[in-house]
Amino acid sequence: MPAPSSAADTQKGRSEPGAGGAARRRSAPPRRQRQGQRKGWYKVVRQSRPVKLVGRRLPRRAKRILRAARKWQRERAEELRCRWRRSLQLRVVTTTLALSALVIAVLGFFLTQQIADGLLLNKERSATAQVSQGLTVAESSPLLNRAPSAPAIADSFLYPTAQELQNASGNNGSYDVVIEVNQNRVTSPVYTGGVVDGADPTKSIPFALTASVQAEQNSGGASKMFYAPTMIVSTLGRASQPGLAVAVPLGNYYQLYFLFPMRQEQQTLQLVQRTLAGAGLALIVLLAVIASLVTRWVVIPVRHAAQAAQRLTAGRLEERMRVRGADDLAALATSFNDMAASLQDKLRELEELSKLQRQFVSDVSHELRTPLTTIKMAAEVLLEAKDGFDASSARSAELLQGQLERFQELLEDLLEISRHDANAATLDADSVDICDLARRAADDAQQLAERRGGRIEFRLPAEPCLADADRRRVERILRNLLVNAVEHGEGNDVVVTVAGDRDAVAVAVRDHGVGLKPGQDQLVFDRFWRADPARARTTGGTGLGLAIALEDAQLHGGWLQAWGVPGKGSVFRLTIPRVAGQKLAGSPLPLVPDDTDMIPSLGDVVSGGLVIGATAPAPGAETGPLDHAGPVGGTGVGTRG
Amino acid sequence: MKGRVLVVDDDAALAEMLGIVLRGEGFEPTFVSDGDKALDVFRDTRPDLVLLDLMLPGTDGIDVCRQIRTESGIPIVMLTAKTDTVDVVLGLESGADDYLVKPFKSKELVARIRARLRRTDEPAPEMLQIGDISIDVAGHSVKRDGEALNLTPLEFDLLVALARKPRQVFTREVLLEQVWGYRHAADTRLVNVHVQRLRAKIEKDPERPEIVVTVRGVGYKAGPA
Repeated sequence: MPAPSSAADTQKGRSEPGAGGAARRRSAPPRRQRQGQRKGWYKVVRQSRPVKLVGRRLPRRAKRILRAARKWQRERAEELRCRWRRSLQLRVVTTTLALSALVIAVLGFFLTQQIADGLLLNKERSATAQVSQGLTVAESSPLLNRAPSAPAIADSFLYPTAQELQNASGNNGSYDVVIEVNQNRVTSPVYTGGVVDGADPTKSIPFALTASVQAEQNSGGASKMFYAPTMIVSTLGRASQPGLAVAVPLGNYYQLYFLFPMRQEQQTLQLVQRTLAGAGLALIVLLAVIASLVTRWVVIPVRHAAQAAQRLTAGRLEERMRVRGADDLAALATSFNDMAASLQDKLRELEELSKLQRQFVSDVSHELRTPLTTIKMAAEVLLEAKDGFDASSARSAELLQGQLERFQELLEDLLEISRHDANAATLDADSVDICDLARRAADDAQQLAERRGGRIEFRLPAEPCLADADRRRVERILRNLLVNAVEHGEGNDVVVTVAGDRDAVAVAVRDHGVGLKPGQDQLVFDRFWRADPARARTTGGTGLGLAIALEDAQLHGGWLQAWGVPGKGSVFRLTIPRVAGQKLAGSPLPLVPDDTDMIPSLGDVVSGGLVIGATAPAPGAETGPLDHAGPVGGTGVGTRG
Repeated sequence: MKGRVLVVDDDAALAEMLGIVLRGEGFEPTFVSDGDKALDVFRDTRPDLVLLDLMLPGTDGIDVCRQIRTESGIPIVMLTAKTDTVDVVLGLESGADDYLVKPFKSKELVARIRARLRRTDEPAPEMLQIGDISIDVAGHSVKRDGEALNLTPLEFDLLVALARKPRQVFTREVLLEQVWGYRHAADTRLVNVHVQRLRAKIEKDPERPEIVVTVRGVGYKAGPA
């Protein structure tokens, strides 16, 4: 379609004087300078002052405003990004909006193009018919082949013919007729008024069209039509309108032009464009709304499912989703409910099992303890009277007494560990001084150590190490560690170190005995595990001590960890949080001892370590430089059940 | 020394064994195996001490303990097969002075019985004052504003031990030794439960004690913090 050029023209017309003015101004200063330089300088200085003032104030304010604007923009952008990430609905709606807008724009463009082409083609077709008809009429004029040597001769042909052709257009005229005489013969073309009042033929008919039709005429061709889109320019100052110019050679001297205004076609096209734009916009909005609704249908049940799952995780096992209909979402809800029900059943089963186990432990405890009490008291009576017995009876009484003690210890430990297994162990937490507990726990081990020729050495901080702990359990853990250390310490000294930081307190029991072989570090906490089965069992022990100690430590939310190197002794470290149940981040004491003479001469091999605990801490931070090589070392072990 | 001991236990073998041990130590045991009959036998025999099994047919040990406590402050030692804190605390809260977990040594049993009976020695006349509580040690009475408070002998001993040295902090172990007479640390839960029972009787608001105050991480003391 031909584009209206009037707007561009006026713009150009306006800009020209402006450019001229600027040029004049640029050339002005030299003239003024010549008139009086001093005056000019003075003026410049005086003028510059307010400029400077404004200049100083303005940037600051502008900067502040700019900064605020940028901050606002950043915040909005962040908010939007956050919403974009979090809302599936927003993403779907935006994507739908963008894609549908793109598709509709492309579609609209092609549609408009097609319609415009069709309209033009149609116009050309009807124009061809009308022009052929007009041509026949014009060619029938006897004056056609008379050379227009004078304007009068030309006029005598032009006026009547043009008038006749124009009349054929009808009252509401669908075209204008212009007949031109070859430029070299008659200067002025002829125009007869038609549809467009005062159409200017010279401006309305493109030069290219005139040129091609004249060239055709000169080459001797005839009745070939030329088409060109054009703007029909009005001489009366009215708005130009698009039109189709058709040219055909008329005889040897004239060219016949038909100007078909295309206002109607343009209106039709504009209407189509408007309709398309409106429909497209409505369609986009509709699509967005549909997308929004559809995602809502999907997203809301999904959100419900997420909420239900959260509540389920929080322990509300009776939580269920509402099932509506039989679609995919209903299937989601149904399977969610099935899962919840199955979880609930399993948990109930486990609870039941745990309760049963607890009851069993309690029953066994009672049923075994009562007769054991009688046996024990009877054995004591027998032992007291053994002086009156013969040798074998007296020895039997002694053995009975000794084994009864062992039996009792084993029973206690078994009951304790099954209490842990049944999750029936409870923490009787109280504020206790760990130093105090360590000292008290050492009482039993001290006697054993003295018999072995060693000592128990304490390294305690000056102030008490308070922590929320179960006195009985912590003391039992420490007693176990100490007896173990003395038993495997080969008569060397045992060092007990206590330390505390803001979050935790720790006790490390260091012995300089046989140590632990690689891999044994994990095994020490196993039930009934013995370092060396061939070793004489001098001090007895049930084999459950460390297993119970580990369970006790975990009950506090603490760690019980072991480190050892063969021949260089071992370290057992208990760490418990100051506040019961708080998660441990680290221990106030190192697991690997810093007495570096312990390091075997294996070059850069430093030490091995083992980490066992309720939660596996970072082994690197805990155990110092760890290079697993050679016979030294242990492995990091994760959570134990 | 008075030595009549009432043994409430349903296990015939254990009861007989207890009898052998107690007689051997010079006590006079009487036996009852049914919880329902325990109170009647208690009234008939007026023993100096009761050995009470926690698990009994009929009325269980805890109820028997409560029944005896309503009419007498005599020492009650519980025998229990349960070591869980809940059970121990429940037993002590029902009014028992002490408890023994089965299986126990006969020496330990005898030591505890003797410790509970020892306090019959006549104390010197002595008056103590803690807050608004006045204690007549010889007269074995505790009064607030002239109104008598009913304490068991053990609770009385606990209060006297704390009141004799006001503002001194006693660890649980020291209290076990002084009040219960145990040289080798027994279960410190004994102290906790009895301090609570004592507070319930003597404090205006047991939730915010003013007479027997807890010192975190150490123990207890008498008097304002």
